[in-house]
Amino acid sequence: MNFSQKVSVVADVPADALVRFEGVKKSYDGINFVVKDLNLNVRRGEFLTMLGPSGSGKTTTLMMLGGFERPTLGHITLDGKPVERLPPEKRNIGFVFQNYALFPHMTVAENVAFPLRYRGIKGAAAQQKVQEALGRVSLDALGNRRPAQLSGGQQQRVALARALVFEPSLVLMDEPLGALDKQLRERMQIEIKQLQTSLGITMVYVTHDQSEALTMSDRIAVFHDGRIQQLADPETLYNEPANRFVASFIGENNTVPCTRLGAEGDVAVIRMGDGSTFRAAGTDAVGADGKVTMSVRPENIGLAAAGDRPHVNRFAGKVREVFFLGDHMRLTVEALGGQLVTARIPASRSRSFASGDDVVLECCVSSCRLLEA
Amino acid sequence: MWLPSYATPSERLARTLVVALAVAVLLFLIAPLFIIVPLSFSRDPFFTLPVREYSLRWYEDFFGNARWMNSIVNSAIAAVLTTVLATTLGTLAALGISRPDFPARRLVMALLISPMIVPVVIVAVGSYLFFGQFGLTNTRLGLVLAHTALATPFVVITVTATLSTYDTNLTRAALSSGAPPASAFFRVTLPNIMPGVVSGAIFAFATSFDEVVVALFMTAAEQRTLPVQMFSGIRDQINPTIMAAATLLLALSIVLFAVLTLLTRQRRA
Repeated sequence: MNFSQKVSVVADVPADALVRFEGVKKSYDGINFVVKDLNLNVRRGEFLTMLGPSGSGKTTTLMMLGGFERPTLGHITLDGKPVERLPPEKRNIGFVFQNYALFPHMTVAENVAFPLRYRGIKGAAAQQKVQEALGRVSLDALGNRRPAQLSGGQQQRVALARALVFEPSLVLMDEPLGALDKQLRERMQIEIKQLQTSLGITMVYVTHDQSEALTMSDRIAVFHDGRIQQLADPETLYNEPANRFVASFIGENNTVPCTRLGAEGDVAVIRMGDGSTFRAAGTDAVGADGKVTMSVRPENIGLAAAGDRPHVNRFAGKVREVFFLGDHMRLTVEALGGQLVTARIPASRSRSFASGDDVVLECCVSSCRLLEA
Repeated sequence: MWLPSYATPSERLARTLVVALAVAVLLFLIAPLFIIVPLSFSRDPFFTLPVREYSLRWYEDFFGNARWMNSIVNSAIAAVLTTVLATTLGTLAALGISRPDFPARRLVMALLISPMIVPVVIVAVGSYLFFGQFGLTNTRLGLVLAHTALATPFVVITVTATLSTYDTNLTRAALSSGAPPASAFFRVTLPNIMPGVVSGAIFAFATSFDEVVVALFMTAAEQRTLPVQMFSGIRDQINPTIMAAATLLLALSIVLFAVLTLLTRQRRA
């Protein structure tokens, strides 16, 4: 797909940045860049998630921060010091790996004590720190087990304890919950977030799971094609996607091609494929020949209410598919000149739909966002 | 293995033939065992079967003879030194070529395992001519170096195989915990690839201990190894002591093979 390259990056105050990427590029073969011109500040104490599909450059970025890959170009500073040539063992960064990477030949306690050995912490002091770290992840009683004797969730906690035991100021996580089942994943999300808040550490978290990113993050950097497409807090990201990629990647979105006619104050006037006129927020998006895209989320489309209402776009269509999902129904409606628009409508017993029915739908002007084509 | 009750007669016949053939092949493979082992316990000074009277006289002869004892010590020293060298070099090589960014991996791998493919006699002549220039022929060092070249490919292969299932994130986890690279290797990587390293070491030991061609070229009387002693024994004075030596070598091979099997079983578990 050919998404526009418009990116929106909130300007950071450099003073509170723990990590700074400046013009970082990474190429493995010298031809294709996996990371293209990355500029990113990670603030002290924040939970920053790098979210994107596989191959978007998010994991490579994390590996560069961890010291396992060197940037081809550009600079990375950690706590004000350049680190792009510093080996991982000298960075003092906690790292939680995708498949836990627990040392299988050591007990849980030995795993957690491992980083302490290299910080001159021995004997009773080390033991106390290990107990503390295991206590934080509620595994006090399992210190003598081997990793293979633990469940996936327990192994994940041990990995977390090992990354936290030496009190690093920065902890990196590479899809740490990917292998867990849904329920456990959701519980761990909350636990990790609570640990991060209570310990006041900075976390950089990589995932391709958007709900995980929305749940845990202070800010989310959406990666695509080696670039950050948008860097924002979860609410802004969800409600004000900067481009078509972000709009379709975060949550569900209908993206409908249309033509921009003009503006009325801070509202844009657009012509849809069927010739009708809509109004939409986001007036700064202008493509060639006025071609733009309107995005609207399924949950913001409802059945048209009786009577005329201001500030809504109304359109008629034919129902193509109906799914009943308990609390709501998903309607796929052909409308706006042959476009398939998905609407999420609260389920009610009073009205049922079938394929081929005619419906009239509406959406608020403020929930319709104009993006570049 | 066994056929169900509804098998047709032709299926039964086919199955019987397959089993008979398999048993015949297995017997053929271990047939020397049935000759060498009984003969080594025979009292007769000639190779006659069936054995008429059993005794341990050839074992007594073997352990009482300075030449045999000397050759077994030589073999052991050469094999141990070869094992240490080949295991170290082979493990290091395997670690290197297993890196994802290693250039020309296939070519380097082919070069590394070439001593396995090149006929041994060529390696032997080559080593003889080459080491001769440095005065290394007829020295223990020369023999060990030549055997190391033969044994290293086994270590490269076994360790590379183990590394293919090794999670490199373990090493990364050790590094990010603050372990310097050498410490990360000895504390984390090595314990986890140990089965491959030990298998390689066993192969290396067996390669050196059993090897006769290179040893013939590279050794004088003082460094003569057990296989060389057996070889010259057959030419000079044929007597059943050689059968005792062969039986002992066989026993060692079986022990090494058993250790190997145990190791691979553990790895799978």
